Amino acid sequence: MRRLLSNYFLPPTPDDPMKKTYRFTSLLAVLLLIAASAILFTRCASDDVSATEAKASESSEMTETPAEYTVRPRIRGSVTPASAKDAKPNSFELPPIEGEEVATITYAPEVPPPITRTHASRVKVEMKVTETIKERADGVNYTFWTFGDEVPGPFVRVREGDLVEFTLHNHPSSKVPHNIDLHSVTGPGGGAEATLIAPGKSATFEFRALSPGLYVYHCATAPVGLHVANGMYGLILVEPKEGLPAVDREYYVMQSEFYTDGDFMEKGLRTFNQEKALQEIPDYVVFNGAVNALNGDNALQAAVGETVRLFLGNGGPNLTSSFHVIGEIFDRVYTEGGIEANQRNVQTTAIPAGGSAMVEFEVAVPGAYKLVDHAIFRAFNKGAVGTLNVVGPENKEVFSGRTSLEDYRPAEELSSN
Amino acid sequence: MNTLLLRLLAGSLLLGGVALGALLLTAASSDTEPAPPGMVYVAEGTYQPLFKNPEESEPYTVKPFFLQETAVTRADFLAFVEDNPRWRKSNIATIFADEQYLKDWPSDLDFGPEELANTPVTNVSWHAARAYADWRGMRLPTTAEWERAAMASATDADGLGDPDFLRRLSEWYSQPAPPSWPDVRSTAQNYWGAWDMHGLVWEWVEDFNTALVRGDSRSDGDMDRVLYCGSGSIGASDFQDYAAFLRYGLRSGLQADYTVSSLGFRLAMDVPTSSPDDL
Repeated sequence: MRRLLSNYFLPPTPDDPMKKTYRFTSLLAVLLLIAASAILFTRCASDDVSATEAKASESSEMTETPAEYTVRPRIRGSVTPASAKDAKPNSFELPPIEGEEVATITYAPEVPPPITRTHASRVKVEMKVTETIKERADGVNYTFWTFGDEVPGPFVRVREGDLVEFTLHNHPSSKVPHNIDLHSVTGPGGGAEATLIAPGKSATFEFRALSPGLYVYHCATAPVGLHVANGMYGLILVEPKEGLPAVDREYYVMQSEFYTDGDFMEKGLRTFNQEKALQEIPDYVVFNGAVNALNGDNALQAAVGETVRLFLGNGGPNLTSSFHVIGEIFDRVYTEGGIEANQRNVQTTAIPAGGSAMVEFEVAVPGAYKLVDHAIFRAFNKGAVGTLNVVGPENKEVFSGRTSLEDYRPAEELSSN
Repeated sequence: MNTLLLRLLAGSLLLGGVALGALLLTAASSDTEPAPPGMVYVAEGTYQPLFKNPEESEPYTVKPFFLQETAVTRADFLAFVEDNPRWRKSNIATIFADEQYLKDWPSDLDFGPEELANTPVTNVSWHAARAYADWRGMRLPTTAEWERAAMASATDADGLGDPDFLRRLSEWYSQPAPPSWPDVRSTAQNYWGAWDMHGLVWEWVEDFNTALVRGDSRSDGDMDRVLYCGSGSIGASDFQDYAAFLRYGLRSGLQADYTVSSLGFRLAMDVPTSSPDDL
């Protein structure tokens, strides 16, 4: 036994003749151990693999093929396939372009003056995109993504038939790419692909303002919801070539809502909350980007007898506005931002997300008129309140104000005495 | 007899040591291939592209690779331009980088104040990042590799199921850029040991321009629709991963000569083929 051990396993001594046997055995032992370890290792590895496989199949179950790839064919033969050979000249004629000018741009609630030109021009519009911390409400900040450093973005006014040369700049300090989709554009993406730009780049494209109306523009870079939720929208008016009826005052009011990681008016730098956005439960519903953007010193103004036109937009991203001015009736509404004053005497007009409306009304009685989203909790609990201050002489024939104040004793209460 | 017992003991210890060593070695290899200095090992795994192509809905398998522990710093890049005059800002060929290349460097061999030495180098084009990688004998990570490494939270190779991880990402992406970037190793280290995969700067990837294949084929049109319109939630494999959407959005807005103040890079390299993973 002793001999066996010393021969096969113990290190050789100078006088030991069995060196070779020892070496061979040791090598064998190590190799065996390594082989065993290798088997163990491959077992572990294959466990890993099967775990990965299990995980993969699990995740493929979780993200099973989206429905759009598996729908059965919906075109069953009655639709003639469109062919480029069928194309025919468009029914409209493009007016000749005369001259060139830079569009006047204003920020909410201001509106550029009416266009007095009687011809179409090449009109240059430039906008810059920034990512910047701004105040949403007193003590509440938010990193807004903006057109022109403001929310909503600038108001652009062009004339029907104009050739608009649009340049978008993405500020070098931006963290993400941006672009613009103008609903006034006839063409793929409304300019979105043409203007997709990395930080520090500018892109230009041209479009014909074919169709007069009041249009929303917005950023359409993935994830679109986030870009819109962070404040990237505004209005562009394509004024009809005959112009809009003259009014005394025009204002730009855009509603939108915000989803944050805090409650309404919770102070600090708030960030976007995706869950609330998916659930469509905003903390803020505001006009012109901030609580009180249209109150106090920033209230809209008019004098008795004047006619006011509001260019109304709704940036969303989710909610439809039930726009109402408390104590006023809209004499004319251009519903959904078209150019027909197609309804008269409207109390509340709907403005869809990504849509617009124009309303006109003559003011008759002085006082403070509240602009609200009449989905009323938004107005009094989430910020959707603005003010139009009307000044001038009282008109008691139209509105008397309070003429008496006295106790009220119901008949049943009187009889019980 | 005493000697024999000692010998026996020593012998078994020796064998045990060998066995233990072998075990340890193989065990270690199965998890963390020893990485070259400054690199971390990312084991083989799967990665689900954000925008599924109907013909390619299987997740990709990403082979094991080494990824640089941090983004390349200004000091690192200085050594590169010192060695390679044609990549200095005054010499750079216009086809390789736009006018903003290294715009925050006061001069060719000066990256600015010394305290910026360990901040990530930005305002570098894809060409410049690749040239740097060549000079170091390495390469840029692919989109799949980068995303595979970036989906790890601090504790899990796949952090995408962790709502806290996702929330932190979205929060970073919604902060404006600071006047200058913090140092590398200033945010968080993930499961693989890589620092600052989120929360410091964007990073170039080798195949940034194939993040979204463009062309006029029908399927490309569909991809465009996914990117530009509101239907992104249908095409995205995980529609809650807004941060991934943002990265894809950025990549698809880039060209190889572009330089962006928030865009840096880190290196990657293949794991040598003799590694135990290939046995």
